[in-house]
Amino acid sequence: MDVTHAPTHPLIELRDITKHFGGAQALREVHLTLYPHEVHALVGENGAGKSTLVKILAGVHTPDAGTMLVDSTPVVLHAPNQAQRLGISVIHQHPTLFPDLDVAENVFMGRHPLGPLGQVDWKRMYSSVDALLATLGVQFTARTPLRSLSVADQQLVEIAKALNVRARVLVMDEPTASLSSREVTELFSIVRRLREQNVAILFVSHRLEEIFELADRITIFRDGGFVFSAPTAELTPDAVIRYMVGREMATLFPKQATTLGAAVLSVKHLSRAGKFRDISFEVHQGEILGLAGLVGAGRTEVAQALFGIDRPDNGEIQLGGEPVQIDSPAKAMQLGLAYVPEDRLTQGLILEFPIRSNITSPIWQKISRWFGLLDFARERSIAQDFFQRLSIRAQGINQRTQSLSGGNQQKVVLAKWLTTKPKLLMLDEPTRGVDIGAKAEVHRIVSDLAAEGLAIILISSELPEVLGMADRILVMHEGRITAEFDRAAATQENVMTAATGQVTHGN
Amino acid sequence: MVTETMTTEQEGQRAPSAVIRVTRRVGQVRELGLLVVLLLIFVGVAVPEPRFVAVNNLRDILLSVAIIAIVVVGETLVVLTRNVDLSVSAIIGLVAFVSGDLFKQHPGISIAVVIAIGCAIGLGLGLLNGLLVSYGGVPAIVVTLGTLYIYRGLDYAIAGGKQINAFDVPDRFLNLASDTVLGIPLLIILAAVIAAIFALLLRYTRLGRQVYAIGSNPEAARLAGIQRNRLVLLTFVISGLLSGFAGILWAARFATVDANAATGLELLVVASVVVGGVSILGGSGTILGAMLGAILLATIQDALNILNISPFWLQAFYGAAILLAVMLDTLIMRRLQRSYLTRRL
Repeated sequence: MDVTHAPTHPLIELRDITKHFGGAQALREVHLTLYPHEVHALVGENGAGKSTLVKILAGVHTPDAGTMLVDSTPVVLHAPNQAQRLGISVIHQHPTLFPDLDVAENVFMGRHPLGPLGQVDWKRMYSSVDALLATLGVQFTARTPLRSLSVADQQLVEIAKALNVRARVLVMDEPTASLSSREVTELFSIVRRLREQNVAILFVSHRLEEIFELADRITIFRDGGFVFSAPTAELTPDAVIRYMVGREMATLFPKQATTLGAAVLSVKHLSRAGKFRDISFEVHQGEILGLAGLVGAGRTEVAQALFGIDRPDNGEIQLGGEPVQIDSPAKAMQLGLAYVPEDRLTQGLILEFPIRSNITSPIWQKISRWFGLLDFARERSIAQDFFQRLSIRAQGINQRTQSLSGGNQQKVVLAKWLTTKPKLLMLDEPTRGVDIGAKAEVHRIVSDLAAEGLAIILISSELPEVLGMADRILVMHEGRITAEFDRAAATQENVMTAATGQVTHGN
Repeated sequence: MVTETMTTEQEGQRAPSAVIRVTRRVGQVRELGLLVVLLLIFVGVAVPEPRFVAVNNLRDILLSVAIIAIVVVGETLVVLTRNVDLSVSAIIGLVAFVSGDLFKQHPGISIAVVIAIGCAIGLGLGLLNGLLVSYGGVPAIVVTLGTLYIYRGLDYAIAGGKQINAFDVPDRFLNLASDTVLGIPLLIILAAVIAAIFALLLRYTRLGRQVYAIGSNPEAARLAGIQRNRLVLLTFVISGLLSGFAGILWAARFATVDANAATGLELLVVASVVVGGVSILGGSGTILGAMLGAILLATIQDALNILNISPFWLQAFYGAAILLAVMLDTLIMRRLQRSYLTRRL
């Protein structure tokens, strides 16, 4: 057997690929080479450009600039079936399957086996899919309706699809995100078997243990750019983390020092099946508690449980020392909690309404008079007050929120929640999609709020933001708290190490 | 089906409960359910009124549903792709008048030519619907609501206040609706053959399967390289074509046609599809189910008639049938989802 597996010709070569979405640059002159008989891992923080690259390989996006070579021939992909014809199979992060059809049809969609009359040969389709499934050792049959399968099983259907077309290149975008450890082991043995069949595999993940177990080569992206690429043997987890992090911190507004007051919220052993386990922490008056971690670590789920959107299965929540049951967002607001969701457009704002109405929407009850008629004079004065305090940049409080920039929309959402006079403010990715200037302003506002004695939980996937803003940082990985750092002790490296599950301390 | 159940039990660590096993075959359950409901109506009405189940009456029920059934076939295709075609009744009315008028204006014109012209009009109007929906990107409900009025308006413009009467059209043409083959009315045979052809096409062609795919998950269909626009266009063209053909049969059956022919029929067509278990969200359902849905609604109408219940109740019964059908679907889906959740934990 060939011991070195010396790569002969690359199957796919990407050179200087650049991609913009509107004004935002998703990829900047990146390159990547895939060889047969090799598992190639692509790693990077959230927003590093991994998924965009996957979509370019899949033919979903066409790059703005750069060359893609398949078998040393330049190609431009405009549609997913072009990629398929070249032997590139992509397993997207979220299964792209047909819930109303059975497993066999999902595997064969668009390529049903045909009988002598050109009719779909159901018998042959079922038997060949069952044979294929047998090699995967799965718990379902070709006739099982897809709707009744778990996400993990659906992931296996995706793999069966790729195997069925004899893919030469298999791209897997975070394939293990929703799998249990046993399922991951099975997946890995399948991937290794495919490697033996000379398939080139691109494995996109941020789970470092998995990458070091499986990959032959690792490429690291950061902020849409190429950082480093080397055989796994020449890298260590620490080195990979160093390449992943290391953003500029200069433009950010650091939090002002405050004296901490009494504990506002205290959470003990909070759990919700499949989402998070054994979460315990406290937040004090005037404190910003950073919640760091990668996408899917369970941070948003914790916030939503605290805000009464989801019920925790276990554990205790205390507000001001009193145990409380929070079973609805209305109850949470009544208890002095506020939650600014990540997706402000769908969850936080009514875009067709003016700034004024958006700001006062949580307190419409309070500012209405007889028969529920709104007191417009009060609405205007309250809205005007926040408009100035948060220096929202618009023509006035009557402007529709639709026409505001992302940063100013975010300020309107903040104002909206501040009208409820909360004791605890939970911010979920407050500066996502906001430009640098507005970002610094949002940071200043958050810092001011803490200085006024508000307790704040800041969920952010951007390390510099958490490190710059938070007094204390909790790091979550796969639903658990893996580390806790004081402001002084936290660095990008040790936070990222905990976020990728490389160490477990704290608790 | 027996082997299916056995393998399911062998492989699962826990055998799924009977309910789950039944709900796994949602489609078949729906068709079975419709048959059971039909049977209950027949038994329930036949006890006080035995003439309800007389062969003559059963034939009348099928005859009354035959033309609608042809339109329901096209509508089913459209609904499977997560769209809807509300313009069908206007196409029927327009083609019915035009084909009658052709005989009136050109006595001696061949029936084949009239059928060809009628089908071509239906096809053209369906093409316009399809282009606006697939390439124009306008929601189907808006497009076909608009064309429902436009096509009907066209009908009024052509018909003016005129009316086609039985003596305007040749008997050979009227015979289309009254002929029988081996004692079975030609209309029923035509409807059954058309339904069977499209049921087979849906089941046994790649395009047919792709119709289900684009309705079930449009994004996944795109990633599977399925050309959604072309397929949606095709279903609207077929719906228009079948509506046009139904319009010709309408003229042959009723002989007296004015600009109001088939007005309001679109809702009965959509109701048949929904009651027949075709998901209004696309991706699931069968022609057979939709046919049973159409037959069920026609049977309800006939039962009310025979029991001397005021026809004013008819609308209420139709409404109840639709709500029941949709609620049943939701219930089954929820069961299925829950069965998956409990298996996971």
